Amino acid sequence: MGSTSAHGENSNGEGFGRRDLIKRSAALGLIVVPTMSFLSACASGSDETTKGNESKVAVTKENPFGVAKGGKLDVVVFKGGYGDDYAKAWEAAFDKKWGTTSSHLSTQEITSKLQPRFNGGNPPDVVDDSGAQQIKLDVLAKGNQLADLTVVLDAPSLDDPAKKVRDTLMPGTIEGGMIGGKFVALQYVYTVWGLWYSGKLFKEKGWTAPKTWPEFMDICQKAKAAGIGGLAHQGKYPYYINVAIMDLIAKKGGLDAMKAIDNLEPNAFANNPVALEAVEAIYEIVEKDLLMAGTNGLTHTESQTQWNQGKAAFITSGSWLENEQLKQTPDDFDMQFLPMPVLPGSKLPFEAIRAGAGEPFIVPEKAANKAGGLEFLRSMLSREWSTLFAQQANSLTVLKDGVDPAVKLRPGTQSAVAALKAAGDNTFNYRYGDWYSEMGTELENASNELMAKRIQPKEWIKRAQAAVDKATKDPNAKNNKRS
Amino acid sequence: MSHVANSKGRGGFIAGFLILPLALYLTFVIWPYIQTFGYSFTNWTGQSPTFDFVGLDNYSALMKDEVFRGALLHNLLLLVFVPTITILIALFFAFMLNAGGRGGAGGVQGVAGSALYKVIYFFPQVLSLAILAVLFGAVYRSDEGGLLNGFLTKLGLVDPAHPIEWLNEPNFVLWCLLLVVVWHGVGFYLVLFSAAMQSIPKDIYEAALLDGAKRAQTFFKVTLPLLWDSVQTSAVYLGIAAMDMFVLVSTMTSGQFGGGPDHHSEVMATVLMRNFLYFGKAGYACAMGVVMLVLTLILSAITLRATRREHVEF
Repeated sequence: MGSTSAHGENSNGEGFGRRDLIKRSAALGLIVVPTMSFLSACASGSDETTKGNESKVAVTKENPFGVAKGGKLDVVVFKGGYGDDYAKAWEAAFDKKWGTTSSHLSTQEITSKLQPRFNGGNPPDVVDDSGAQQIKLDVLAKGNQLADLTVVLDAPSLDDPAKKVRDTLMPGTIEGGMIGGKFVALQYVYTVWGLWYSGKLFKEKGWTAPKTWPEFMDICQKAKAAGIGGLAHQGKYPYYINVAIMDLIAKKGGLDAMKAIDNLEPNAFANNPVALEAVEAIYEIVEKDLLMAGTNGLTHTESQTQWNQGKAAFITSGSWLENEQLKQTPDDFDMQFLPMPVLPGSKLPFEAIRAGAGEPFIVPEKAANKAGGLEFLRSMLSREWSTLFAQQANSLTVLKDGVDPAVKLRPGTQSAVAALKAAGDNTFNYRYGDWYSEMGTELENASNELMAKRIQPKEWIKRAQAAVDKATKDPNAKNNKRS
Repeated sequence: MSHVANSKGRGGFIAGFLILPLALYLTFVIWPYIQTFGYSFTNWTGQSPTFDFVGLDNYSALMKDEVFRGALLHNLLLLVFVPTITILIALFFAFMLNAGGRGGAGGVQGVAGSALYKVIYFFPQVLSLAILAVLFGAVYRSDEGGLLNGFLTKLGLVDPAHPIEWLNEPNFVLWCLLLVVVWHGVGFYLVLFSAAMQSIPKDIYEAALLDGAKRAQTFFKVTLPLLWDSVQTSAVYLGIAAMDMFVLVSTMTSGQFGGGPDHHSEVMATVLMRNFLYFGKAGYACAMGVVMLVLTLILSAITLRATRREHVEF
């Protein structure tokens, strides 16, 4: 029971003591004896595994984590939009350098494959914890399952040993990996979010990419007149339409409006005219019947494919879109990225975009070869590995200038890079989704209702604020603060 | 004396055979239930071996959880409709196949080609639920590409610019799912009832016919009482299926592990999974599991008792 009492600080002060608990349980009947024994079994099991981790290899400048030559490295990657070829290339490079034998597992079912291993105290050494079935980072952090990756940030960069790794990263990378005040996840892929359109379609119709909300609505109207939808969204996954709503809020109200939401402030949505205006703007699309027909019930691939076939002018998504739709995109489609158009009187300029690091790589605290895992992450932040990723996965990494200029990018990625350059320092990124899973889900449910015209913007605001207020009860809420 | 020793020896012999299965059953069935019960008193996250005891907190939170209560209501609704509709349709078809034919044999033969029909009806049962989800996903698709919408558009009943978003309509979604389960189940129960009907001696039917019984009378007075055991078993099985529904709901509807739109298709298993794997509230989810187990046990007991009849021998 030792570890449970060490954990006692997690439980709130007014909980009853163990004696009371046992009395109550005993009154209930049978459970006490079996539960106690399996509890202590779990707790002691985990203690043993932690001890086995200590590395016996001397730490040098070339080997800052003390990786043992030979040995094993257990890598699990999410096989989604980026495939897993990049990971195989990395593992081969790692094995060559350190003489290790890597085991490679690529899967979409991260949770079901890894949950028993985390519980059993034998997790892998490196995990790309991503996709719809990722193990939520806030959950792992609460269970102390994540190694503190600050040591990787402070280790020398492989490209230039005079520099620390932390000085080679794109802005926002470190903040993007902080949970409960610790850097625990290396968000490796640099992503931008916003609207996407077909350059070819726009050229044919003589439309120009809109910069303001009225211009955007105008094109949606024109699209409707031409017999197609204005906006498509991935209705079965309301995550995507929330990108549009939240971006409008951040651009209209500035970074303070965004931080108010992440910091769970009591007026994040309620009594906030900016939030209401943003939601009303999105609702206007629904009200004026400018959505692609049926988009509310489609999955991401279904709606994106319809959009690829010219059934709608715009779609919301992140920059993985191009790679994800590679097979469905016509050759002359000319995919183009567009920052969210601005509402009148917005604090941030049109060029501002949601940008940040995604695709979290983690090293479990109880990994058998933790040193190897940390070294693997350090290697990922070398130019060589970053270029390997850009080539195999068609996307940018968080390493500054991390792609060899010789690599040619596809039109969508190219336009995203250009938009990123134009944005300069005007980038923003929400954190609530990683910090508060339940709040994210409740906002998505509300948006689903809004898009189906079943609730009005005011009701959306009410539900959103209720979700925020509920999240303040999260034990991590006091550590998850941004300024 | 020797008689007693003999039976004692036989008891030991039987016990010897039973011990291994019993041990397996205890390890793999009973022990996990006990563990779940234990975990339901903790704040276990599901991703870590450490946790605190929270007593009955999970259960009291569960009482107040509107999403879970809604899910429970949906399960109960399915529990009423899934067995009833499936069994009624299956009985009707089975009767038609076995005694619906006319002419020669005095109404105790099936309609022409009944053997072939049986194979066709059984077909849906061969498909796994995962395939069904994909199949009916295409039927219910929310744009013109969906089978239903495409069909209704062609008939001019649905405006192509505003197709019906079947699984995204709060009032339709549960019934859409119900239809899938019924479609899937009818064939199997039809074959089951058919087999039972065929074991009913033909003389009974002939006697009924000679007494001037009509087809409906034959069914209610002869066939149904003699089938009662099969109907009862089917009701329990279908009831358990209605209490689960996880695969269909989680793959076909929106939301993490399904349940959308806005919890209108939520069943207990989807709420459980979302809390277990997505929100990291595994202890809370275990409490739901315990509630589900208790409810399923109670309902099975009720079904078996309520449908108890005097066994008819023939």
